[in-house]
Parts: sequence; structure tokens; C-alpha cells
Amino acid sequence: MTVLLTLARRELAGHFFSLRGYVIMAGVQLLLGASLLTVVYLLNGLAYDLPFTEKFPQTEFFWLVLLMVAPVITMRTFAHEKASGTFETLMTTPVSDIQVVLAKFIGSYVFFLIAFLPTVIYPFFLEHYAHEALKVDSGAVWSLALGIGLYGAFFMALGCFASSLTRSQIVAAVLTFAVGTGLFILGYLADLRPTEVQWWHHLVQHISMLRHMQDFSTGIVDSRHVMFYLSLTAVFLFFTLKSVESRRWK
Amino acid sequence: MAEPEPDTPPMIEVNHLTKYYGGRPAIQDLSFTVPHGEIVGFLGPNGAGKSTTMRILAGFLSATEGAARVAGHDVATDSEAVRRRVGFMPENNPLHDDMRVREYLKFRARLKGLDKPTSRDRVEDVIAQFDLGDVQGRMIGELSKGFRQRVGLADALVHEPELLILDEPTIGLDPHQIRTVRQHIKELGKKHTVLISSHILPEVEVTCSRLLIFHEGTVVANDTPRGLEQSLGGHHRITVELQAPQEVLHEAWEEMAEIEHHRVLPAEGDFSRCALTPRDGEDLRPRVSALARARGWPLRELTRERHTLEDIFVHITREDDD
Repeated sequence: MTVLLTLARRELAGHFFSLRGYVIMAGVQLLLGASLLTVVYLLNGLAYDLPFTEKFPQTEFFWLVLLMVAPVITMRTFAHEKASGTFETLMTTPVSDIQVVLAKFIGSYVFFLIAFLPTVIYPFFLEHYAHEALKVDSGAVWSLALGIGLYGAFFMALGCFASSLTRSQIVAAVLTFAVGTGLFILGYLADLRPTEVQWWHHLVQHISMLRHMQDFSTGIVDSRHVMFYLSLTAVFLFFTLKSVESRRWK
Repeated sequence: MAEPEPDTPPMIEVNHLTKYYGGRPAIQDLSFTVPHGEIVGFLGPNGAGKSTTMRILAGFLSATEGAARVAGHDVATDSEAVRRRVGFMPENNPLHDDMRVREYLKFRARLKGLDKPTSRDRVEDVIAQFDLGDVQGRMIGELSKGFRQRVGLADALVHEPELLILDEPTIGLDPHQIRTVRQHIKELGKKHTVLISSHILPEVEVTCSRLLIFHEGTVVANDTPRGLEQSLGGHHRITVELQAPQEVLHEAWEEMAEIEHHRVLPAEGDFSRCALTPRDGEDLRPRVSALARARGWPLRELTRERHTLEDIFVHITREDDD
């Protein structure tokens, strides 16, 4: 356990040793700020009785930052250590493969949460400065935060897996981005209205991240969505573990 | 370290180890034993299987077939126990460039399972041992190669392993740094079993008490440096430069029964340069100098050729082919 903590702390600290971590955080805040501006613009002069958090997933910036941030955070995890050779010094200490995988995941995930943390104050900030008595539904704010958190867990696991497959950070980043964006775009198929409802239509309804996020943003915490992200996180962590172990049986 | 009991297992025991990389064998049916307390050199050209063997012994890779034991623990089934007992410095000594020296060593000590007070003491010890006090607060990425190497050694040693595995520890260093590292390795050999690899013979010759020669994935020789040299002794050629007429020299060498083959060439001044090959590995130098003294020939050079790695390879692989 102490070894896991030591490793995870090092992973997290690694983001702050160079400018990279700060650039990522600034980028996230810039895009989310743009997203907030768009929301404010949309709501301007509008009588709106739904939780205004609902507007967030409808802005491009919101999705841009979510899809971009995962590859950037996770591309280093394994690929960099493999390329520099420190993977060898790491794996020849008495740490287990699963400790390494979990530490990499936790380090990335905590950084992801830190990068998104300031977002939580946006709605309250808005409430404070709005002319009219704008009511913030704090429940919706927290459920949107939960949605982003779950989304982050899945994407960090996916990113760690991609990074464990290669020595090149670029390959890892592109792979994570391609799979993540592909999955996101599949969700748009859910908006099609086919004359005859087929099996794939049911499927895309379930995996549409756009729909998940819309539910979360209106304060609906659907256990199916929660399970969707948690199980995908577990699956990709398992894949990562197998990929790390593969050096023994390759 | 206490003297090993007679029934303690050898430090390293390798039995019929084979490792395939994408269908091609990196090492093949490798078997050897290393007793406690020796400094062992793995010698061989690049791609002969030295690094692969070291990685398996350090618990990074698994063998395709065969078994290896470190201090009695199987590297495949008891990997964690092995990794606790081994300090490994891989080729090119990879380090985290974005960490500071002391911070890195502390991190590594904790990873290796030392508790907080012990790791603090041990980090203190290795910083003193490798004279890293002046750079302990510096970023590793800013250090010179010699210092990096010392940080790598300090890391390999921080958990007081029984076995130290150092893959090419002096590669890319300048002669002065090589001497320092060599000195450290000799010092370490007093308390630990040390395994180093190199493709430069003099490198391992001066530090090691035992040499394992690798060739195409197998160990072709396992002996002390003296033993190896003796087994190759039949080919020690000597070179001598004398001031005497060439015909007289020809005659003199013809008469000497120990000389199998000779060649006489003119050299600078009135001197002649002769290359003499002995018949049965005898050292011809005393006889040649005695002869020169007896005949009153001025002598300005008398050297015995040393075997280069190349000679040893040529010799050993030739034996294999027969």
C-alpha cells in the first residue's frame, strides 16, 4: 500500500515537475471558460427554468476539452518510461504489475480532477454576478461533476492502456484520441430516427456519451450510466495490466 | 556478508535457459553457476545475449524455457523475492531526469520496500559512499555522465542487495570516470556478488574474478581470467627488436627449437624487428633476452602480445566449428 502511494505520488508530481502540467491546466481552463461564455451567451435574455448546467454539454468547447485532455495527460504514463528505459528500473524493484498500473491510473486521474476542479465554482460564480436572481441547482452541478469524473476515469484508463502498448507518446495520444472521439461520434447515431428501430439503434442509445452527459447535466444520476463508465474503466485497467504483463510471455 | 554455509545455494544458478524474441532465440540452452562473493564479467559482442540474461536474472523478463535461481529463489515463480535481493542497473543507466538526486534515491528506496527511517539512513549512506553530497539537490537531467553513473550505482545499492547486476556500467564514460567506476565495483565486490557485462576485455579483465564469454546466445567459456588466458596460451607471439644482421637472426631463430615460426623485418636504424611464434605456449622472452646478452646484441624492444577479445572469439568459435 505504501509502495502504491509512493508510486502514485511520483506519477502525480511528475505532471508538476515541468511546464507541461501547468500548460494542460491552463488549456483546460481556457476551453472551459470559453464554454462558460457560450452558455452565458445562450442564456442571455432568455427565460430559462431548467438547470442551466444543461447547456454545458451542448457547447463544442466542453467536448473539445474532454476529448483532448485525456490523451495529453496519459500519453506519458508508460510510453515515456519505456522509451527512456526507466520502465526497466521500475519493474525490477519488488513492486507488482498491478501496483504499477493502479499508480499510473491514480496519478493521471487525480491530475485530471485537479485540472477540472475550478469548474465547480463556475455556476456559483455565475449566480453571484447574474443581474436577475439566477437560481443554481446545486444538485445538477454535482451530478454534472460526477458525470465528468466518471468520464475522466474511463478515459484515463483508456489512455493508460494506449500508452502501455507503445514506446511513442504520440502514438499513444493519437490512439486514445481516435478511440475516444470514435466512441463519442457513435453517440450521434442515437439521434437518427430510423423508420424501423433496429438492434444497433438500441446499442448506440446506451453508449451515447452525449446523452449520458445530458442526463448528468440536468441532475439525473442514472445507475446504468454510472455502471457504463465504471465497468469500462475496470475493463481498460485490466487490459493495461495484461499489456504490462505481456513482456513476460512475449 | 557472512561466509556462505557449505549447503547454501549458489548465488546464481542457471539451467538450460532459453529465451525467444519473436521466433529468434536471444539465448539458447544457457547453463552456468556463480558462487557467492565473486565479481563476474559477462563478455561478448552486442547481441550475444548478455543483456537478455541479465534482464531475466533481474526479474524483468521471463525465460521461454529453463530455470534460473538467485540465492535459491526461482526468478519465475518467486520473482518478488529475487527482485528484493537484486540491485539492477540496466544498459545506459536510465534515470528520471526530472527528479533531484536525493529525492530520486529516496523514491527508489521506498519502492524497494524500505520503511521511512531505514530509507533515510540508506540514502544518506549511498550519498556518502558515492560522493554525491555536492549534487544531491541537483536535477538528474543536469548531471554529467560520471555523476549519473554514480547515481545509478547508488540506486542499485540502496536496498543492500545480495546480487548487483550492472549492464555495461562504464559505457560512454571518459577514462577517468571509468577508473572511478571500476574502483567502486571492486569495492562492492568485497561485500556483494557482482555481475557486470562488457564487450571490452581489459574492462572486465581487471575487475572480475570470473569471466563468462557469450557467443550467439550461449556461454562458450566460464573461467577465471588467468584460466582463460592459459587455455589460449599456445598463441602468445613475441615481438623483439635487436641490432644484428638479418641473416644472423634468421639463423639464430632457426636453431631455437621452441620457435615454431619466425619473421624478420628491417626496422629503423640498424635494428631488425622479429615476430616469433612459440611452439607450445612457452614464454620466449627470457630465452631471447639471454641470447641477446650472450651475443652482445643491443635490445630495444621485447614484448609479448596479449590476447584481445577478438583473438578469444576467433579461438573459441573456431573450436566450436571443429
